Amino acid sequence: MMYAVAAIAILITMGLALARALLGPSVFDRVLAVNMFGTKTVLLIAVFAFLSERHDILDIALIYALINFISVVAVLKLVEQKNFHTSGADADAKVKSE
Amino acid sequence: MNLVLDIVSWIFLCTGGLLGIIGGIGIHRFPDFYSRLHAAGITDTLCAGLILIGLGMQSGLTLASFKLVLIFFMLLFTSPTATHSLSNAALHSGLKPR
Repeated sequence: MMYAVAAIAILITMGLALARALLGPSVFDRVLAVNMFGTKTVLLIAVFAFLSERHDILDIALIYALINFISVVAVLKLVEQKNFHTSGADADAKVKSE
Repeated sequence: MNLVLDIVSWIFLCTGGLLGIIGGIGIHRFPDFYSRLHAAGITDTLCAGLILIGLGMQSGLTLASFKLVLIFFMLLFTSPTATHSLSNAALHSGLKPR
């Protein structure tokens, strides 16, 4: 019963994060909202694992936490350098020259 | 003893869910991107910690609670790093804090 309450609270938070992702003025608001959504998905999977008494689903939550972090960093690289193949060196040089 | 554990984990789960909702509302009410980072930070670490500890109490000293501890440490290390790289990328690409 209490797992259902926690799951509903997490779903509300995910809804709020989605709303911020849609409304967010800058692209970084969207990345922030997606990152928060991913973290809440990890918690939702963990709560669901206890809700359905199948504790082996927790591995999925752990893997999702890893993937969520890597995807945020990848999106940031894409946003900042407009593509994946340039290294960060020339961007740092440009910043230092300013 | 089991009743005490149920009550305490019920309190942890409810406060965790509540903090998640507060963080979700905070993301909408804060005026600027950099202040929204704080709201998202609250939900990432504290809400996740409370919910995972609440779940861990329910499962006692089993493999499931060990996985929950792993998930907690994963979230503890990756979400601040993701928030740092997010704000670094935002500052790099010229999003001025208000």
